[in-house]
Amino acid sequence: MLSYIFYILSGLTIITAIMMITARNPVHSVLYLIATFFMVSGQYLLMNAQFLFIVNLIVYAGAIMVLFLFVLMLLNLNKETEPQKSMKTKLAGVITGGLLLITLLGALIKSNTGENLPITDIGLVKNLGRVLFTEFVVPFEISSILFLSAMVGVILVAKRHNVETEVISE
Amino acid sequence: MNNYLPPIDHYIWLSSILFCIGVIGVLIRRNGIVLLMCIELMLNAVNLLFTSFSTYFQDASGQIFVFFIMVVAAAEVAVGLAILVMIYRNTKSVDISLLDRLKH
Repeated sequence: MLSYIFYILSGLTIITAIMMITARNPVHSVLYLIATFFMVSGQYLLMNAQFLFIVNLIVYAGAIMVLFLFVLMLLNLNKETEPQKSMKTKLAGVITGGLLLITLLGALIKSNTGENLPITDIGLVKNLGRVLFTEFVVPFEISSILFLSAMVGVILVAKRHNVETEVISE
Repeated sequence: MNNYLPPIDHYIWLSSILFCIGVIGVLIRRNGIVLLMCIELMLNAVNLLFTSFSTYFQDASGQIFVFFIMVVAAAEVAVGLAILVMIYRNTKSVDISLLDRLKH
């Protein structure tokens, strides 16, 4: 039963991912990527990783993709302004990626363990919280510094530099 | 009715396919924002693999790593989009093939 859900979700994930890279309109790309993230969240729920399920939904499908959508609408990008590569370059890209896929799958095809994944409860918020705030508390605190520096950097980069006011203030 | 999850190999295959779709997306698109989205797709493939191995070995460290990858991805997206908005302001386009001035 759970395996069937996995295969259905996998098929939908791959289909929406392919739709995302082939959609002409960048807004459609964003929507297909959100659908892909929902499918991946479903995989997390299937593995009983409840914390990652909800964080993936809130952070990825919620915050990050809304940021993408917001920037797309701010810049007013649509199908007409979408730059396209030539057919030859696209074909070369697909062949290169396909070769990478063949290499990866060829290396893995012989290593068939056949062992099913166990159903565990390590992905619950209670267990992960205990590990996060004991074993990984230093990286957790450092990531807050990363966020602070990213925030300062973003404001510095995105701020409109007004040359005249700088000259006057000097 | 069996109540088992599929083998670990199938998760590895799914993650490989998703990662390669992300790579192909980076190679065939020219829109900078779509490129960032393809990078997000690749990060998600890696996250899925981390979680499946974490479940397979029943070790919580893998899922904590996924959490940190999400933290770094959020910061990366914020900085990347700010740079893209800046590029758009200067060139009136998000076409990354315009940004080859180091070549000349």
